[in-house]
Amino acid sequence: MRKLRRLAENIGFGFAVLVLIAPAILVFLWMLSLSLKNELDNTAWPPVFIPDPPTLDNYRDVFARNDFLLYARNSVIVSFGATFLALVIGVPAGYGIAKMRAMRAAALILIARITPGLSYLIPLFLLFQWLEMTGTLWPIVITHLVITVPIVVWVMISFFEGLPTELEEAALVDGATIWQAFRHVAMPLARPGITVATILAFIFSWNNFVFAMVLAGRETRTLPVAVNNMLTFEQISWGPLSAAALLVTLPVLLLTLLAQKQIVAGLTAGGVKGV
Amino acid sequence: MSQATAASVAVQATAKRRRNYARRYVWFVVPAAVVIIAVILFPWIFTIYVSAFDWRLGGERRWVGFANYKQLFTDARFGWAVLRTILYTALAVVLPMLLGLIAALSFNRKFPLRGLARTIFILPMMATPVAVALVWTMMFHPQLGVLNWLLVQFGLPPSLWVYSADTVIPTLVLVEVWHWTPLVMLLILGGLASLPVDPYEAAKIDGASPWQAFRYITLPLLAPFIVVALIIRTIDALKAFDTIYVITQGGPGQASETINIFLYLQAFAFYNVGYASAVVVVFFILIMGLAALLLWTRERVRIT
Repeated sequence: MRKLRRLAENIGFGFAVLVLIAPAILVFLWMLSLSLKNELDNTAWPPVFIPDPPTLDNYRDVFARNDFLLYARNSVIVSFGATFLALVIGVPAGYGIAKMRAMRAAALILIARITPGLSYLIPLFLLFQWLEMTGTLWPIVITHLVITVPIVVWVMISFFEGLPTELEEAALVDGATIWQAFRHVAMPLARPGITVATILAFIFSWNNFVFAMVLAGRETRTLPVAVNNMLTFEQISWGPLSAAALLVTLPVLLLTLLAQKQIVAGLTAGGVKGV
Repeated sequence: MSQATAASVAVQATAKRRRNYARRYVWFVVPAAVVIIAVILFPWIFTIYVSAFDWRLGGERRWVGFANYKQLFTDARFGWAVLRTILYTALAVVLPMLLGLIAALSFNRKFPLRGLARTIFILPMMATPVAVALVWTMMFHPQLGVLNWLLVQFGLPPSLWVYSADTVIPTLVLVEVWHWTPLVMLLILGGLASLPVDPYEAAKIDGASPWQAFRYITLPLLAPFIVVALIIRTIDALKAFDTIYVITQGGPGQASETINIFLYLQAFAFYNVGYASAVVVVFFILIMGLAALLLWTRERVRIT
């Protein structure tokens, strides 16, 4: 009797977990399904769920009718550029803030986290117009620093604070400069933290929409902007649209699957220490 | 007396040494400080400056002092945007908090394939918002969308989703819930993992029911984590822009025009940058006020 009750409980719990993860699975599967069907099946009623036969025409269409590769290249340059620059300046900054215990400086960085990205755009838009930089990728890379620098600094502060200080102190006693102690002792120890910061900064830069939407010209669109334009300017053709949407988000989904542990660690560290 | 002076001198010396020690690390922070001044601090100051002008892009600009703010407080369209933002934020905080708590409690139990299930659960949070918003747009289609088909299967009447002024905000909140419940779950799950075991054993010996254990042990111990999740969720809900813009652009009519969308339209559709800057300043004050209030709540929770 007791065994039976436990079995019923387990089945109930399994069902609850299924209900919890079903929305995530179903939306992504529906995206995949739409991208593999022809237009007739995509607008059929009742809906066709399993593509039969599956077709890659939508994906061919995306590459044939848009400068998809150009936009992909832009996205790669912007996200890698903004992440790289953020690491170069953000890792030392995280170290310095952790050493100085300058929590007020850290709080200033937090404000960037709590204000909407849109609120930075008016002055920066005017500035880039005045500098005649619109039409290049630079304005987009620079504005993405609004996202990537706070992430990197924030994650690095919590990692450097968690490091034991004995090794650095030993290096300093042996005559190393503070830069050498940072470069050759603290930084190698904080490598897991740097990995976390890199992944998070890259994903949030890749996903960002609003900066590029305002600042990008025809040639400098990033993928999210390009995909949004497909919705606005084309007749609604669900297949190619879904194929493009899936291609845009696939890199970050794969990254999430591969680096799930680091992402969880980074988000909870940033969050719990964060506010 | 002299002993006390000596002690205070020693304390001062230590403090000074610590300051000097700390000062050596300033150069580590300088490059980041320069970037932050350029892309974060400069925009704020410049925004406050621009908000005092009647300034249209490509047109002339004229100093008007506080006139933009005066206009803003009598602008019914802005007033509605504020109310919509409050409604949207309230829904987009309460629902993910409840679901996130339930999900965290579920994922805190051990079960087969837990790692995989958790990974799937957090995927929406990392997915590109624009890409996901496009799929939701297709699912919301009143005639051909898969969601209405699902409703009919369950014997429910089809909905107009984002195509009706009555349902557009709850529908957009649905997308927000899908997107951001995982972050709430992660933050609370982190808290659950840090709970001590002893009180539960004591409660078990004393014959407490699982509900009592949850109500009188888990919930109080978890409160600080719940408040942190609440703060982060509130701020993110206020910041919501991508999905609303992609799915409705503030429509139908102005039925889903939140402060962010209003701001975007003023600045980059009407090129009314002076007025839009005033919106930024007011919005910023609202957010900071709310953040201060939530932080104050957190201090209270920590004490009790």
